[in-house]
Amino acid sequence: MAQYSTQQFKGGLKIILDGDPYSIVENEFVKPGKGQAFSRVKVRNLKTGRTIERTFKSGDSVEAADVFNLDLQFLYHDGEFYHFMDPASFEQYQASEAAVGDAAKWIQAEDKCDVTLWNGVPLQVDAPNFLISRVTQTDPGVRGNTSSGGTKPATLETGAVVQVPLFIEEGELLRVDTRKAEYVSRASES
Amino acid sequence: MLAERAALLATLRDEMAARGMLEVDTALLSPAAPCERALECLAVGGAGYLVPSPEHGLKRLLVETRRSLYQLGHVFRAGEVGRWHNPEFTMLEWYELGGSMQDAVDTLGTVLAAAGAPALGRQRTYRAVFTDTLALDPLTASLDDLERCADAHGVTPPEARGDRVFWLDLLMGLVVQPRLGTQGPEIVTHFPADDAVLIALDGDDARVGQRFECFWQGIELANGAKELTDPRLARQRMQREQDVRIEQGQAEPPIDERLLAAMATGLPECAGVALGVDRLLALLTGKPRLAEVIPFAWPAR
Repeated sequence: MAQYSTQQFKGGLKIILDGDPYSIVENEFVKPGKGQAFSRVKVRNLKTGRTIERTFKSGDSVEAADVFNLDLQFLYHDGEFYHFMDPASFEQYQASEAAVGDAAKWIQAEDKCDVTLWNGVPLQVDAPNFLISRVTQTDPGVRGNTSSGGTKPATLETGAVVQVPLFIEEGELLRVDTRKAEYVSRASES
Repeated sequence: MLAERAALLATLRDEMAARGMLEVDTALLSPAAPCERALECLAVGGAGYLVPSPEHGLKRLLVETRRSLYQLGHVFRAGEVGRWHNPEFTMLEWYELGGSMQDAVDTLGTVLAAAGAPALGRQRTYRAVFTDTLALDPLTASLDDLERCADAHGVTPPEARGDRVFWLDLLMGLVVQPRLGTQGPEIVTHFPADDAVLIALDGDDARVGQRFECFWQGIELANGAKELTDPRLARQRMQREQDVRIEQGQAEPPIDERLLAAMATGLPECAGVALGVDRLLALLTGKPRLAEVIPFAWPAR
């Protein structure tokens, strides 16, 4: 098992604590001038997203987590699992609902997602920053109030609901910022 | 930042000169190193060690010159890298003849004020600070009490085993210290004597040393003490620290026999203070890390 000593601690390092994978958010070296040195780290649980703090004696080691990221292509949702493929190796991965989480409503087939894998199993799926999707449902805009800042909800093919300007109609293609869940612009048919 | 740094160095030198102290620049490269369990010196192949403070050189010169001295320059500590640590940093260290611990506190207050820091705030003993902050008496608490307190504050490292010094360092560094000096620099006096080396113990209570530290905004800024003059006690304590170092598998630099020889000749009664100049500059200028005030901070040099 690979180990990291506290001297190697830095933001982004992936370690195992109590059997769970964590990412180091922040590492603070603490040492009274005349005293023993410690590392106080803020770590984020990669399964739950929760952040906790831990203390280590300087020089202690912790187990490294076999965590890495791959760009995977989303294939389909079978009702239980989300299936992805590595376009380079054609290897397939199935991600649980928990791993996909919120990203579920921002992805559609063939989208490339940033997938975090732990021991080869998807732990977290990040949707692409921008989604181009068709409006499946939205109420007609009120006439005469087309571009003055009014918005209305629109449902996309992926199931996400975003606020859009009043002039957007059903069937239009939109470009959406998935990180903010915000309408960006109309998209052209390609 | 370079101009602010230069101005601070000039102010510190002016303050030292105004107090009649002589500036000296003792060797940074020394064949021996201080024996302290929590101090790792940088070894220089075939030449000795880079000093972690100019204490030994200054004390040898105190014996020779019999006058108050200071040194303002770089010192080195192995493995100390972080937001508030740089392995090479700037220290102002001075020794005033005839001074008591309280005299050293007062001098520090004057120096900090001249540099632009607020006046010294409250002064409490280490014991009072622990009692106030943790409801724990650091001098009488059992190892179990100390561990329970660390657990309750969520700072116990995995598989922690340790003596009193270990648990007290942990509680001090991670729980107590961050809350000190929020209203301006504050003083904590009479640290436990367990790891005291070259400082005088308290005349009334040998469980504590005549040592103090100054904290500002949760950062340790300075350390001072009434100095030990007895060379026999100095050797005993150095040997005790060597034994701890051997037990913990740390490097074992040779004991500084030249310092002990000088002390045998007669170190005058004095009190000394070491002040972290980079930390002071960072706190004075509102910078969140040392790297913003050190021209070439480690490791991005």
